Amino acid sequence: MSPLILRTASDLLRPLLLLFSIFLLLRGHQEPGGGFVGGLIAACAYVLHAIAYDVAGARRALSIDPKTLTGTGLAVALSSALLSVTLGKDLMTGVWGKAELPFFGPLELGTPMIFDVGVYLVVMGTVLTVFLELRGD
Amino acid sequence: MRFLTVLPIALPMATAIVCLFLREHARAQRIACAAGATLHLSVAVTLLCRVHAKGIQVVQAGSWPAPHGISFVADLFSAIMVVLTGIIGLAVALYSVRSIDNARVSLGYYPLLQVLLMGVSGAFLTGDIFNMYVWFEVLLISSFVLLSLGGGKAQIEGAIKYVVLNLISSAFFVAAVAVLYGLTGTLNLADLSRVAESRALEGSLTLPAILFMFAFGIKAAIFPLYFWLPASYHTPPPAVAALFAGLLTKVGVYALVRVFTLVFVHDVGVTHGILLVSAMVTMVLGVLGAAAGRDVRRILSFHIISQVGYMVLGLALYTPLALAGTVFYIAHHILVKANLFLVGGLIQRAGGSYDLKRLGGLSSSHPWLAALFLIPALSLAGLPPLSGFYAKLTLLAAGLQSGEYLAVAVALVVGLLTLYSMIKIWQEAFWKPVPADAAAVTPGVTVHRVLPVAALALMTVLIGVCVGPLYALSREAGDQLMDRRAYVIAVLGEGR
Amino acid sequence: MGAWVPVVIGVLYATGFYLMMRRSIVRMIMGLVLLSHGTNLLIFVSGGLRDVVPIIEVGARAPSRPTADPLAQAMILTAIVISFAVLAFALVLAYRSYENIGSDDVDELRAEEP
Repeated sequence: MSPLILRTASDLLRPLLLLFSIFLLLRGHQEPGGGFVGGLIAACAYVLHAIAYDVAGARRALSIDPKTLTGTGLAVALSSALLSVTLGKDLMTGVWGKAELPFFGPLELGTPMIFDVGVYLVVMGTVLTVFLELRGD
Repeated sequence: MRFLTVLPIALPMATAIVCLFLREHARAQRIACAAGATLHLSVAVTLLCRVHAKGIQVVQAGSWPAPHGISFVADLFSAIMVVLTGIIGLAVALYSVRSIDNARVSLGYYPLLQVLLMGVSGAFLTGDIFNMYVWFEVLLISSFVLLSLGGGKAQIEGAIKYVVLNLISSAFFVAAVAVLYGLTGTLNLADLSRVAESRALEGSLTLPAILFMFAFGIKAAIFPLYFWLPASYHTPPPAVAALFAGLLTKVGVYALVRVFTLVFVHDVGVTHGILLVSAMVTMVLGVLGAAAGRDVRRILSFHIISQVGYMVLGLALYTPLALAGTVFYIAHHILVKANLFLVGGLIQRAGGSYDLKRLGGLSSSHPWLAALFLIPALSLAGLPPLSGFYAKLTLLAAGLQSGEYLAVAVALVVGLLTLYSMIKIWQEAFWKPVPADAAAVTPGVTVHRVLPVAALALMTVLIGVCVGPLYALSREAGDQLMDRRAYVIAVLGEGR
Repeated sequence: MGAWVPVVIGVLYATGFYLMMRRSIVRMIMGLVLLSHGTNLLIFVSGGLRDVVPIIEVGARAPSRPTADPLAQAMILTAIVISFAVLAFALVLAYRSYENIGSDDVDELRAEEP
């Protein structure tokens, strides 16, 4: 049986889900959202793909080993926590910088944001590792 | 260099990340893990020296002032525990080089090992009760996976018992935190200690105290909550078993000591009275289980329980000398117990089995192994001049000082029974002639396995021969644990 | 809304413990789920029950009315995330043991017992 509806839906939904996950990630600092839920939704995009097609297809679509995602995420989170130490402050102290972008106006970037990106990658990588391993059996 | 206080947490995490990226290269992972463990140990020793020289070290994460943020606090007790974590981490990393097969490595053994070390260090260094719960979960989840990794039927079964009991313990831990937070409105340990002084809370803190005792009691494996331990600790490979036996129950003991010296000290008659009874029963039942055992690893597992009884005894007596005894005992026990489990692995290598019935004649075929077994075994039983003798002596002196003669008598008898069960292993595995149904032996006792065992044995002897420095350090740590005011001032600042 | 919360916590704990005393591993895990839900609700209560969400209005530096305690909610979030991970692991373990012993009865877990 070929789940045609699910496959079509998955193909259409995957880019939307990924975009939405990044929206949630970026919005998360001041409003509901954040790295954790963003990472879960990003993982869902590929979980849906694995259910509609197969695990190998999902791995191809992901094109990067989920364990690498986890490792990268941990490294990003750790370095965001350590950045303040190199500036002589206590661990995990927020460091903020402002930038003036040509079209979007002022942009504030800080280590809490980077930490959230790390969380996003860790959650996405871990959920996908567990799911793809379990389905792969 | 205040960063030094949290470096023992950040470093294993960095090592875990490196190992995660090297996951296709088993050899590189082994080297990275050993190097990371060496660094971790040296950082821990530096931290201990610093705490010893300059007093309690505090870091406020995110620069949020206490009690609003999460504090990381290193006092002497914490720093000693982190050093012990470093020692065991290094010993296990070295022992794993040859004893952990590539299949387990490719499933992520090394990253998990480092995450476990991170969780243990975090639990020792945090100054926030909820944050302690989070570190407990970090170390628990990695220990769950390590325990069941690549295992067969027996290992999975052991893992299920371990996981379920620990999850119940965690649920009680969080419930206790919730009740405590509802009563006091704070989570910072130093702030809790300050708030607990107030008269308004008199009596009501006994409920969370008992909940914490239950939660940590499961993790520390004290009576009547120890049944999971002998059911699970003998199943994983010796390197993992040594790590668990050395460190994990001691995290529970650490948490008990921390909470029952810093926060719940206003109803000592009830809380520490329960702990005293529990400690005595734990000692006796643990050693009886060991005396009845027929399997090397099960005997050693039951010994952990009876030894935890000694540590809790020191806490229950609640005098500076008794707490010094607890600190000394934990230090001695972690080294010796991890050592014994690693020797157990060597016995299995040399004799082909863990079952005493099928072992024999090892003293003539492997005389050096006999020596390596005898040192930690006699130390555990408390024979002079090894480390265990002084650990027990300190606790007994504290017991006599407090007039708890029953506890002293129990401790003495238990020491004797410990010696008996050790002699049993000696008699059966080493002196008895090789039995007819002896198991086939797989050669492979290599220098990677012997080196950490020998190093740990040497440490036991060294502690025994020059007992002065560690004893002085334990006395200082004991005095510091009794001085709640100093801890509060170090974290919250003057004027609180 | 305060009165029914302790009752719900009690029911969750009671059913949780009841399920954990069953011999089936899957029921045991469900019991753990209920136990952690009860605990989360307990944290929620410990922060004080108020109908006002802890959100500070734009431009203000502090909430204008007494609100619910955000720290308790942060703790619940952490606890939920942790129990999510742990329960996923417990389910995998139960599945493995089912594969190994062909049943989810805890009485079958006796290979290593004396």
